[in-house]
Amino acid sequence: MVEATTKSTARPHDPVLASFEEFDRAGQGSTPSWLQALRKGGIAHFAELGFPTTKHEEWRFTNVAPIARTTWTLADGTGKASEKDVLTNIFPDVPGKRIVFVDGRFSKELSSKELSSGTQTPTGLRIQSVYDAVRSTNPLVMHSLARYARYDENPFAALNTAFVNDGAVIIAPTRFVATEPVYILYLSTASKPNTVTHPRTLIVAQRDSQLKVIEHHVTLGSATCFTNAVTEIVLEESATVEHCKVQDESLNAYHIATIQTQQASKSHLLSHSISIGGAITRNNINCVLDGERLECTLNGLYIGRDSQVVDHHTAIFHNKPNCNSHEFYHGILDGKSQGVFNGKIFVRPEAQKTDAKQTNRNLLLSDEATMDTKPQLEIFADDVKCTHGATIGQLDPESIFYLRARGIGLEVARKMLLHAFASEIVNRISIEPVRERLDSKLFDMYER
Amino acid sequence: MLEIKNLSAAVEGKQILKGIDLTIRPGEVHAIMGPNGSGKSTLAQILVGREEYEITGGQVLFNGKDLLDLDPEERAREGVFLAFQYPVEIPGVNTMYFLKAALNEVRKSKGQPELDAVDFLKLVKERMKILELDQSLLNRPVNEGFSGGEKKRNEIFQMALLEPKLAILDETDSGLDIDALRIVAQGVNRLKKKDNAQLVITHYQRLLDYIVPDQVHVLHDGRIIRTGDKSLALELEQRGYDWITDGGKKSGLN
Repeated sequence: MVEATTKSTARPHDPVLASFEEFDRAGQGSTPSWLQALRKGGIAHFAELGFPTTKHEEWRFTNVAPIARTTWTLADGTGKASEKDVLTNIFPDVPGKRIVFVDGRFSKELSSKELSSGTQTPTGLRIQSVYDAVRSTNPLVMHSLARYARYDENPFAALNTAFVNDGAVIIAPTRFVATEPVYILYLSTASKPNTVTHPRTLIVAQRDSQLKVIEHHVTLGSATCFTNAVTEIVLEESATVEHCKVQDESLNAYHIATIQTQQASKSHLLSHSISIGGAITRNNINCVLDGERLECTLNGLYIGRDSQVVDHHTAIFHNKPNCNSHEFYHGILDGKSQGVFNGKIFVRPEAQKTDAKQTNRNLLLSDEATMDTKPQLEIFADDVKCTHGATIGQLDPESIFYLRARGIGLEVARKMLLHAFASEIVNRISIEPVRERLDSKLFDMYER
Repeated sequence: MLEIKNLSAAVEGKQILKGIDLTIRPGEVHAIMGPNGSGKSTLAQILVGREEYEITGGQVLFNGKDLLDLDPEERAREGVFLAFQYPVEIPGVNTMYFLKAALNEVRKSKGQPELDAVDFLKLVKERMKILELDQSLLNRPVNEGFSGGEKKRNEIFQMALLEPKLAILDETDSGLDIDALRIVAQGVNRLKKKDNAQLVITHYQRLLDYIVPDQVHVLHDGRIIRTGDKSLALELEQRGYDWITDGGKKSGLN
């Protein structure tokens, strides 16, 4: 509607449409027809939606104009990363299998050796690239991919769907209990300016299965790059998934991610979103609670420095009765950084006995840092418990005084409390090597 | 050790302390009693450097140094310790880590080397036993989720660890059941030495059954209106505060 008068002039997304045509042509013959149709649906929705502006309610505080005005080139696969690059960037000592993507493409060399799809038994954990998975005959992949993330209303999800090509597919079959986490590493070389990747992740935990997944985004170089990720997580009845997303890209990286989760009865989701790097970061985390007696816990930590913009939009849809959702988001903003948190909780009339709790706490370390936080509760059931609390402020003076009264100097006390504030979220991660590495990174940032 | 001379202080323009004189020598235990709002806690907070109070007159010397000139952390390193009435919960700061940081700061200022992990743990365990505290508290955030009694015992445990020269106990007995009170008091008594002193602030006499003071001071309306020995505390217990705070009108004494 807003764009009606500008139709005759060039629009920011025209280069995207041109890029899609080239991409679509190149894929002809080697792409399954259902996938081609899916991509066409994605680009059609993107063409209609366009890049959002700050006039859109959902994007009021986060201006993505720097992304919209850049002409992005799809990463062409010429970027190189070595084993050493991987080892210096990953959380060390994480047991289990690793699947690595370089500039959005599956790297067989850098991934765990055993990841060839043919050898996996139907009762075992399936870890595969999206590229291979869409060419297999697994109906679950065809059935699930892009079924959940709303590419008809989210322009970046539409864009990802248009260019969906590679990423990770992880399927835990019925009753499978993973003893080790799966590590997905999305590594952008950022060697050439203005490259974009659209990593796609699909995680399906079938009935009674248990799974832990690390989704780690890093850059090697510091050229301007854009990661536009979509992750869909499906939890069937009584399944348990811990998803730990860590975004630690360069300060020249733009990072937009959509995490869409779908939960059936008695399932248990534990999601962590840790955002450290990136020039503009936006995480949309949408959770559909589509069963009874399930648990959905969202933890988040975002750290802004310099002129970083970091935005989390979470949305939890309580569709059925007797479900619990808990949200804990902490932000630390320094320099001229800008933080945004929007926490939507939607409770349908039939979702009685909903217990939803949301907490967003923020520390502003400089006069120029800003934070916009908004709880958005839409409750249509009458027998529910929904609480929310948001704070923006400085470190607690009582805590500082207590530490000083024990001989700890003011500066050290402040640093201890900053680290502690961040650790409160990180400590919720059950994957020990990730938790410990993040904690020592935070220690280096704040206590050293 | 501690010399408070004609100390007055205000908060938000309201005069709370109106000329306090108090001298505490090494090895002594002093108790300050008084009705609510008499200024007892204010005095404790001022001694440890709470910045919300404005000093409007007087002086405090601690081993000859001007105490009011020092930052809170400097006072702690000099050996002044407050067992807080309401210990604050500090989520995310591990108790063990906090204790180690505090102890090492205090040791550093005494010119002692930092303790290594083994010696530190040994010391911590030994002192925890005195207060009958469960070791699992060490792995929890400072005071977080501690019961009221655990918080108070944790304060005295920190005192046992840091070995201050002057320990100020601010209403440490409030909220304690009789068993916890006994444990806390025994802990305090075991820490008593010839070269340290204790200032016990309390509303009730019952703590003084266990921690026997050399001197008892009654604080009222920002002034010490009476000083005596431990029998004064018993008298207050029996007769309440009115007979000395009303200027003797009811009792005929003055």
